Amino acid sequence: MSLKPCNAVNGVSLPKEAIDSNFSDLHDPLSALQAKGEADRCLYCYDAPCIQACPTSIDIPTFIHQIRTGNIEGSAKTILSANIMGGTCARACPTEVLCEQACVLNASEEQPVEIGALQRTAVDHLMAAHGPHPFKRAAETGKRIAVVGAGPAGLSCAHRAAMLGHNVTIYEAKAKPGGLNEYGLAAYKMVDDFAQKEVAFLLGIGGIEIKYHQRLRCAQGAPQGDAQEDTVSLDELRDTFDVVYIGVGLGSTNALQLEGEDKDGILDAVDFIEDLRQASEKSSIVVGDDVIVIGAGNTAIDAAVQAKRLGANTVTLVYRRGEENMSATDWEVNLARTNGVNIRLWSAPTAIKGNGRVEAMSFESMTVSDGKLIGSGKSFDLPADMVLKAIGQKLDASMLDGFEMSGGKITVGDNFETSIAGVFAGGDCIKSGDDLTVQAVEDGKQAAHAIDAYLAAK
Amino acid sequence: MADLKCTIAGIESINPFWLASAPPTDKYINVVRAFEAGWGGVVWKTLGEDPPVVNVSSRYGAHKTGNRDIIGINNIELISDRPLETNLAEIRQIRKEWPDRIIIGSMMAVIEEKVWKDLAVKIAASGVHGIELNLGCPHGMCERGMGSAIGQVPEMVEKVTRWVKEVVDVPVFTKLTPNITNILWSAEAAQAGGADAVSLINTVNSIVSVDLDQMAPNPVVDGKGSHGGYCGLAVKPIALNMVAEISRNDETRDLEISAIGGIETWRDAAEFIALGAEGLQVCTAAMIYGFRIVDDMIAGLSGWMDEKGYKSISESCGMAVPNTVDWNALNMNFDTKAFIDPESCIECGRCHIACEDTAHQAIEFAVAEDGSRSFTVVDEECVGCNLCFHVCPVPDCIEMRPVENDKPYVTWPEHPLNAMKAAE
Repeated sequence: MSLKPCNAVNGVSLPKEAIDSNFSDLHDPLSALQAKGEADRCLYCYDAPCIQACPTSIDIPTFIHQIRTGNIEGSAKTILSANIMGGTCARACPTEVLCEQACVLNASEEQPVEIGALQRTAVDHLMAAHGPHPFKRAAETGKRIAVVGAGPAGLSCAHRAAMLGHNVTIYEAKAKPGGLNEYGLAAYKMVDDFAQKEVAFLLGIGGIEIKYHQRLRCAQGAPQGDAQEDTVSLDELRDTFDVVYIGVGLGSTNALQLEGEDKDGILDAVDFIEDLRQASEKSSIVVGDDVIVIGAGNTAIDAAVQAKRLGANTVTLVYRRGEENMSATDWEVNLARTNGVNIRLWSAPTAIKGNGRVEAMSFESMTVSDGKLIGSGKSFDLPADMVLKAIGQKLDASMLDGFEMSGGKITVGDNFETSIAGVFAGGDCIKSGDDLTVQAVEDGKQAAHAIDAYLAAK
Repeated sequence: MADLKCTIAGIESINPFWLASAPPTDKYINVVRAFEAGWGGVVWKTLGEDPPVVNVSSRYGAHKTGNRDIIGINNIELISDRPLETNLAEIRQIRKEWPDRIIIGSMMAVIEEKVWKDLAVKIAASGVHGIELNLGCPHGMCERGMGSAIGQVPEMVEKVTRWVKEVVDVPVFTKLTPNITNILWSAEAAQAGGADAVSLINTVNSIVSVDLDQMAPNPVVDGKGSHGGYCGLAVKPIALNMVAEISRNDETRDLEISAIGGIETWRDAAEFIALGAEGLQVCTAAMIYGFRIVDDMIAGLSGWMDEKGYKSISESCGMAVPNTVDWNALNMNFDTKAFIDPESCIECGRCHIACEDTAHQAIEFAVAEDGSRSFTVVDEECVGCNLCFHVCPVPDCIEMRPVENDKPYVTWPEHPLNAMKAAE
């Protein structure tokens, strides 16, 4: 894997060409020769650990074997039969903590097989061929399913449900489908409008309609949202459809809860990333000279690296605990470092300084005493004209009254059914595995099977 | 450093590495480049009567591993397609320029005494150290009554060898085809004809692959293909066996052998020498990698001989022959069991599935609570077949451990379960 250098030059905003280069593909796809060579490294393990490490249980040894035999289309079908968003997962999965971490080659002091890169080879090959959709629908059941949210969970559920013969209508609040694949992943991981291409491919199965600008509203509440939006209530959906699937993701973010958090220059990292993703010219996005990113997850890393690649003079990622506590993977942390992001650990934000616009932030050095994180009393300031907050997202519960919730998420049973009969849920809005695209795809796929069983029994 | 000088059919060579009669020894420039690279000798590309043959375009097919390595080539090229005198003039020139290197003249002709004798005399007059009779080429020439068409008939092998021996003073090598049922018949025929040595194996008749778009065997010549001669690493096991058969056969054990067939490394060379080869010929490996590979063949063979204490090629020659026996001479009481070293096991499961599906269900697979996988040999079920040992991707992870059972050496003819024995 090679990283493209970040071309930021001190204090000088980068020319458009440099920014375009910085936002090209993070990893070049494998050439045919590289893919063959890499596939040859796979040992074709029996009952392979990598399969178990994949939330969607892709039969990895088989798809790699198929690349080796030159059956690339068959390889893609193997992948997509388990994970219809195998293309995005190949680009965005933290493979270093999933399949590739489980690769037995790690144990023989070698690098693991580049499973993600090989998966991309196979899926991209199939999608680029623009042939017929690789899966066929079962005979129409006449059942209708409403899916709320056209993110990975909702789309995965819709695809599998359509395959099982049901008709699906997806209600999406935004103007485009894809959810975080379209709005949330780092731009250099999803170049060439891949999220939209993947959705178009997925819809090729037929039987799925998407309605845009359709936000879920609570039963009693007044309509919310901007002027373009319509709203739809859960009751309306339950009246119209046999089953409802909720895949709304996490629509809200945590606040720093500091005075002055509304000053200019202080943004949610997810909004910053969304603006970047939606900008046809990345160079049109304004970035600060001195950027502070608060947080320690992969969103914080994505925001910090992209700020640097836009040409920020300094980008400092600040986290109140140590590196071992960061939820970002080691690979992502290294990506930040190699892109010139400073990482300040054991530092908690205490104040925002500035007159109308942020000028600096104050931090207190932190330490652990008796297992508790406490302030050390020492503090320091960092100059900042942009602060990106990435301290976690949470479920916007305002439109979900009536659902039983736990830990800030919708409670579901083993079959993904919520406390409301005939309403299922999955993805980041429930507690399943990690909040990852691949987990959302698995949730949606499994829920579709559960819904199918539910409808058959009804 | 061990002495790599060797003597075969009375010819002394600075090392045992000769290039076999084939495209790499087709003309002056190739042979000079080979000698510059360090090869001890060459067997010149087979010469025939004028007018020379005409070759087709598209001549080689390749058998590759998934890893792009060529394990075998088949070829449909015929003998030298240049006039005889052009070849002989170049041989004379190189003999002058490279006095310490060996040149053997390879020849073939139709089954007519005068033709063989006239051609042999002409070639011998060019100053070659010996003459090799190409009785093996399995494609093209055999359709004209030459090559393997002669080599497959022991009486003709003997006759041709005798014809040539009658008219030349230099040593004669009879080159044998593997495309027969029993190599000993042709080896004994060559011996009876007076051959000073046999060279084997020539290429194996083959179709290397089928072009599924053109629906024709490779190499495809304008939409059609023909069977060709297979060579390279893949034929080494066939060649080793045929060399061993001659070496351990009472009638032919003194027949000298110039071994050919998939020699690519010093280790391959050592194996052929161990089975009784006095000299070696290489072709495919040079075609794949160039003449430079002889460097490591020389250094590696010499290093191995030093390590094992062999001072000369002749000292190591045939050392494995006494241990190459008929199945009926194997010890039925020998028992070996696989042992999997848990420390070096990387948990790929290849041994388990191979044994479970296709052998003796002798490797237990368990998953611990922490997810770690373990593979353990069940001694009672293990028959010591070596399959797990071979499929394991980690060197030395699986060891085949002989069981010390203090039982005597018992062969099948002596075995109590042998019905033939019981009938005695």
